[in-house]
Amino acid sequence: MIRVTRSAIIDAPIERVWAVLRDFNSHTAWHPVIAESAIENGEASDQVGCVRSFTLKDGNRLREQLLGLSDEDHISTYCILDATLPMRRYVATVQLKRVTDGNRTFWHWQSTFEAPRGREHEFAELVGNGVYEAGFEALRTYLRQSRPANAPAPRQSTRGAIRGHAIVIDRHGGADELKWREIQVAPPGPGEVRLRQTAIGVNYIDVYVRAGLYPLLSPPGTPGMEAAGEVLDVGPGVTGIQPGNRVAYACPPVGAYAQYRTMKADQLVVLPDAIDDETAAALMLKGMSAEYLLQRVHRVQRGDTVLVHSAAGGAGSLLCQWAKHLGATVIGTVSSEEKARAARAAGCDHPIVTAAGDFVARVRDITGGRGADVIYDAVGKDTLAGSLEALALKGHLVSYGESSGAPDPPALSALSAKSARFSRPVLFHYTADPRDLREIAGNVFDMVARGALKVDIRQRYPLAEAARAHLDLEARRTIGASVLLP
Amino acid sequence: MIKVYASSVIDAPADSVWAQIRDFNGLPKWTSFVAESRIEGGLPADKVGCIRNFRLKDGGVIREQLLTLSDFDFQCSYSILESPMGVQNYVATLKLTPVTDGNRTFAEWWAEFDCAPERERDLAQSIGQGVFQTAFNSLKQLVR
Repeated sequence: MIRVTRSAIIDAPIERVWAVLRDFNSHTAWHPVIAESAIENGEASDQVGCVRSFTLKDGNRLREQLLGLSDEDHISTYCILDATLPMRRYVATVQLKRVTDGNRTFWHWQSTFEAPRGREHEFAELVGNGVYEAGFEALRTYLRQSRPANAPAPRQSTRGAIRGHAIVIDRHGGADELKWREIQVAPPGPGEVRLRQTAIGVNYIDVYVRAGLYPLLSPPGTPGMEAAGEVLDVGPGVTGIQPGNRVAYACPPVGAYAQYRTMKADQLVVLPDAIDDETAAALMLKGMSAEYLLQRVHRVQRGDTVLVHSAAGGAGSLLCQWAKHLGATVIGTVSSEEKARAARAAGCDHPIVTAAGDFVARVRDITGGRGADVIYDAVGKDTLAGSLEALALKGHLVSYGESSGAPDPPALSALSAKSARFSRPVLFHYTADPRDLREIAGNVFDMVARGALKVDIRQRYPLAEAARAHLDLEARRTIGASVLLP
Repeated sequence: MIKVYASSVIDAPADSVWAQIRDFNGLPKWTSFVAESRIEGGLPADKVGCIRNFRLKDGGVIREQLLTLSDFDFQCSYSILESPMGVQNYVATLKLTPVTDGNRTFAEWWAEFDCAPERERDLAQSIGQGVFQTAFNSLKQLVR
């Protein structure tokens, strides 16, 4: 039996250190060896018996169970259930004690376990230095960053409403309905957090929402589906997220076009260091769309032929990169030679320049008359009929947007003529469960960190000029992604 | 029953701090408020059950009995048999824990006792700060 003990003094009151450590899933926010972590079965992360399932940055996976938690004695005890590391019977205890002399915290971290014969020393070092000592230093850094020494606690200083600016529409309509206005941002209620936003993503769905095509906003209100920023304060019952965390989201309800925002915490993802705020804001919705369209709605396989409409657009370009990464042959439609170059750079093997939706013959040529195995169509009215024609036998037509207007639904007879499948999926149904959300977002961040997915931000606008961003998008003047900067 | 708790960090390895405080007859060496001390009946100072009889610099005499001594846990506990403090059922524990980060010592000292309700606040202050924290401070000077 190996016993590992490490201890340290943390220069913060015990209440502050315990608020972090009593949350069994907080390690993903502060410990540098954790790549991603989630509590299984949607249980609270301070529920005795809950299981955290996590991946280390070195690729190892572990499941650990919370065996005991005492707010009275500041003790948390847990064990490893399963691990890809050869450690057995690992039980660890974290205990905090108050240092009354100086209002600091004594942190004691101890475990016993078994390791393969001859490798005991290696594992004792791994646990003692790689996990415990690294954890002490990381928590010190985390506590410093989450509340700078020269600033009062945001949780206290911002207890009331904050004044800020946001884009507001008073009625559905054109881009000129997007008005820059002062707003009050309420403090977070139960399950909520308040964010200071640093970058906001612009998506075609924002145009639909503004125009009233999608019933996601009843004026007056603020559009916008995705943004990144910093957590200012958290409401009661929020776990896994702390003031000072960098986070991002892509979800309804709308309201992202704002400097500050109070929203539900369960749709937030804590950002890894490798993902900067602008990338996150530009990537969450489109990157997660690429993930669920290529991996969940249809599992694209090596050798498949994939047709992506608007292949140079924000979502299209990510679909091309990811599909290419999966080993597919990628055909794309674009509206200009310049966009054809952008699509090719994103991994599109065969960009087709087309203005009027006459791409069917070209797809037949490229595929030797077979057609595409799966088609991702977010154009809608102008392309859907052609897409069905360009589909291979037993192909899958995925309609995930309608930038040219609502298409007529395909006739069942047209589907049966090819044994074709037709899907009309919505991302938010696939991300509604926070565990799925974190898995999808984690896959996107991994792809970016490995350099396999690049988001090309070509347009940056001040948030106050959101109307100009919408006009450029509707006039098809944009290439790659657009972000608004508050 | 009230409980008084004090803790501190001493900038020396735990075994060297322990060497000072495991001597149940050593209060005059490492505190500033004990004038002289002897072990009753000529027993060794690390014999569990022995009684130390010491005089404070302000003149008060206190008799305390050693209840626990553990070189493994760096921990000792004792009870007050007689004192001018006006406390009953007084049991105190002094415990050291190594701080591996920096090779220092986390020292804890706590006591539980009964007293007249109107004296709780004063006694908690005089024991927690006047005795425990003051002793920690002189211990820090001693091992420096």
